[in-house]
Amino acid sequence: MDINDLRSIVTVVGLLCFLAIVWWAYGKSSKKGFEEAANLPFAEHDGQDAASRTMHPR
Amino acid sequence: MSGTQTTYNDKVVRQFAVMTVIWGIVGMLVGVIVAAQLVWPELNMGFLHFGRLRPLHTNAVIFAFGGCALFATSYWCVQRTSHARLWGGPLVPFTFWGWQIVILLAAITLPLGITQSKEYAELEWPIDILITLVWVSYALVFFGTIAKRTVSHIYVANWFFGAFIIAVALLHLVNSAAVPVTLTKSYSVYSGVQDAMIQWWYGHNAVGFFLTAGFLGMMYYFVPKQAGRPVYSYRLSVVHFWALIFTYMWAGPHHLHYTALPDWTQSVGMVFSLILLAPSWGGMINGIMTLSGAWHKLRDDPILKFLITSLSFYGMSTFEGPMMAIKTVNALSHYTDWTVGHVHSGALGWVAMVSIGSIYYLLPKLFGKSEMYSTKLMTTHFWIATIGTVLYIASTWISGVMQGLMWRAVNADGTLAYSFVESVKGSYPFWAIRWLGGVLFLTGMLIMAYNMFKTMAGGKTQDAPVVVPAAHHA
Repeated sequence: MDINDLRSIVTVVGLLCFLAIVWWAYGKSSKKGFEEAANLPFAEHDGQDAASRTMHPR
Repeated sequence: MSGTQTTYNDKVVRQFAVMTVIWGIVGMLVGVIVAAQLVWPELNMGFLHFGRLRPLHTNAVIFAFGGCALFATSYWCVQRTSHARLWGGPLVPFTFWGWQIVILLAAITLPLGITQSKEYAELEWPIDILITLVWVSYALVFFGTIAKRTVSHIYVANWFFGAFIIAVALLHLVNSAAVPVTLTKSYSVYSGVQDAMIQWWYGHNAVGFFLTAGFLGMMYYFVPKQAGRPVYSYRLSVVHFWALIFTYMWAGPHHLHYTALPDWTQSVGMVFSLILLAPSWGGMINGIMTLSGAWHKLRDDPILKFLITSLSFYGMSTFEGPMMAIKTVNALSHYTDWTVGHVHSGALGWVAMVSIGSIYYLLPKLFGKSEMYSTKLMTTHFWIATIGTVLYIASTWISGVMQGLMWRAVNADGTLAYSFVESVKGSYPFWAIRWLGGVLFLTGMLIMAYNMFKTMAGGKTQDAPVVVPAAHHA
């Protein structure tokens, strides 16, 4: 096998990997985790306005 | 909050935040000087001429100003979103002092003409080794802190900061590979077109990871914080993160259109540069839309003004970039002031403005104040900086297109219509406007320094306690 075949395979695998990430990110199962993660900057003390921030990112 | 809790390490953030402003002033002052040297050539005195000072300007603004801003904000963000104190003990102060020594060595060696002659990688091999040591320490501190986090998720800003740290380490190690001859002289291990390709693989990814991924990390923490709402779409942030990672590494060849680089490599570079528009705009849209429903905050909050304007300039320059990477457009734009204008649309409009907004957010918190000494001066700074940026990029666009058109104009008999010096002559008025834009931007930084020192005066420098994990999982 030529080194260039390996390069082509890596490129195609890279693309498939990216498409899998898109599939995963827009899947239902990741929604809850993303919501938790998106609110991480607001877990800090700064009081009353932090509570009103549990909004749902898209 | 009990008194026995561990605190965040805010000392290092304080140090880097203050030095961001100081190095910003130094780097931009050198920029104003080199801009003046183009308008008034008699200002090129002795060895302090344009050729020696220009790399000093680029290194100071990118690595001193931008670098300190990235250290400060990444250290703040990674602690606040991991609910953990910085890991690494003595490595933490080493990153600060080590980085300051790198900057001082750059300020000494570059005017003396000690250089590897690689754009944005000019520093000679002993300094390159020190950079490597500081950078590895930075990576250990950052990822060590992520490893000891008390929350389950790694916040998206930290993904961007992490990618920036890893990619810059890779770029620096590969591009700086050299054979030392003396303490101040080395030769690159690459030669010819391979050398050029590695240099611009480095150069463009320095833009992609140092000046984009790192500052997007900043954006993903400070825009939601200042707007008081979570990021518009977390999904989009994940997808555009990986899209940036997968595409940026391939775009470098657009710096070498119509050179000895193989044609197919140029075309690959062009295509990947065009694809880059999508992930770039993903970040811009995500940042700006975070403000949807809270647009009124933009009216009287200068920090949000800086942050949102920075995203607008990011959107503009990441549209302009792919366009300039198209070979036929590049044939007009390359080697002209258009490139310089494009870079400053990103550097002043995006990188500097997002940093300034974030540092304004940090300063009062770092010195125990509820807000900056003067909100009015922040607003003044914003308008001066915006007008300065617009003057800079508009004048260099015009001179750039003019230069490109003059250089390619031919008479009916096929001879060149203009000599090179005629295009220089025609550029003078635009260079004067560009200099004025730079002066305005620098003035804004001086106002910021005044505001910063007034805020620091009498401030408490107490470190904030680490958030209790239990308080969060309700």
